Amino acid sequence: MKEIIIPVLIVGGLGLLFGLLLAFASYIFAVKQDDRVEKISKVLPGANCGACGYAGCAAYAAAVVENGAPVNACSVGKAAVAEKVADIMGVKAEAAAERVAHVKCRGTCENTTAKYDYVGVQDCTALSKLAGGQKHCRNACLGFGTCTTVCAFDAISVHDGVASVNEELCTGCGACMGVCPHHVIELIPKSAKVRVNCSNIEKGQSANRHCKASCIGCRMCEKVCESDAIHVSDNVASIDYSKCTFCGKCSEKCPKKVISIKDNLSSDE
Amino acid sequence: MIKEIISILIAALLTENFVMVKFYGICPFLGVSKKVETAVGMGMAVTFVMAIASMFTWLVNHFLLERFGLEYLQTIAFILIIAGLVQFVEMFVKKSLPALYNALGIYLPLITTNCAVLGVTLLNVQNGYGFIMSFLYGTFAALGFTLAIVLMAGIREFLDENSVVRSFRGFPIALITAGLMAVAFMGFSGFSI
Repeated sequence: MKEIIIPVLIVGGLGLLFGLLLAFASYIFAVKQDDRVEKISKVLPGANCGACGYAGCAAYAAAVVENGAPVNACSVGKAAVAEKVADIMGVKAEAAAERVAHVKCRGTCENTTAKYDYVGVQDCTALSKLAGGQKHCRNACLGFGTCTTVCAFDAISVHDGVASVNEELCTGCGACMGVCPHHVIELIPKSAKVRVNCSNIEKGQSANRHCKASCIGCRMCEKVCESDAIHVSDNVASIDYSKCTFCGKCSEKCPKKVISIKDNLSSDE
Repeated sequence: MIKEIISILIAALLTENFVMVKFYGICPFLGVSKKVETAVGMGMAVTFVMAIASMFTWLVNHFLLERFGLEYLQTIAFILIIAGLVQFVEMFVKKSLPALYNALGIYLPLITTNCAVLGVTLLNVQNGYGFIMSFLYGTFAALGFTLAIVLMAGIREFLDENSVVRSFRGFPIALITAGLMAVAFMGFSGFSI
């Protein structure tokens, strides 16, 4: 019995001694930290996704208090969190622009055909290394769903060879955007009703040959746009959402029907 | 006595350098050796921890563990002491040297698991050093660590300004440098007083 009790007492006693000394030292060497940092950390989602541009939720909380970072930068917590953070900081929260990921590709198995049979690792990055993927279009969604594996919110799924985003679940953290080897995913405002669904940078003729649903860079949308919001650069149209009025004229005019209009969004607003 | 101290000094600094010959404490050696300034700070923190830990562990070992025949508890008791000391150093550095605290980052609490610290305390016991010799060996070994990490940081600062083959930039060239330094330190082996 003695062989057990003495070691337990010694190690336990040492632990207790050091614990007390440290408790005492922490009292003497206490660093005054703004208690708002801790409060903000508590209201943040704690996912440490890094979408705000800081190393994690704690780093963002410190940046808000010390460097005056915007209170609405958390795209995961959205308006509810922005409001709480603003409350703690004593400022008014501006509505955070909610953003969602959007897949700029409609190159389904039907629209663009395969140039070879791929039997390697089932991963987009690996596939993209092999002649730019098995689809004829070198900018297409590769369809192995590397983006789905990084999505912490189960918001992306692959249907018919193309990823699609469930905008109800998407928090706009941009994790998928970072891993896509063909960069077909971009973050756009959730309120953006008009969307370009292609990222093919080939010239019209080859774009047309490689995918039935490709932007051929004909600039019809550019001509019809009244607010100078849509432009063709690198043979693919892109919309400047700070100017777009969502009139939908470009979508009507597009000969390849690459520009889509989301109607159901109006009910969400 | 003096002769013995000098021989320990030379052994700890050169012939049995903790990083270069015994390969202890490689984690901070590679992690905090990007700038000479932070490397010196890390060296000082490790020196403090190793010197104090050597004394404390000698006291605990001599007055508690050996008396009750509990030598088998050395590792766990020493780790406890080291962890407590590191925690204390962290508080102290955070309070008085915030710039160093930010520069050391995660490597400061990681001194706890720096095997150089545990290694020196266990070697003190193995070599049968007394209180003063334990303290001196701990200090000298830590100075050897500081020497290695500061030399490494100096070389890495120099490397940053030179064009290195692309695939070797960053850690690969650092590892090659470390290997070459270890080879250089082998030149001291056999040298003793």
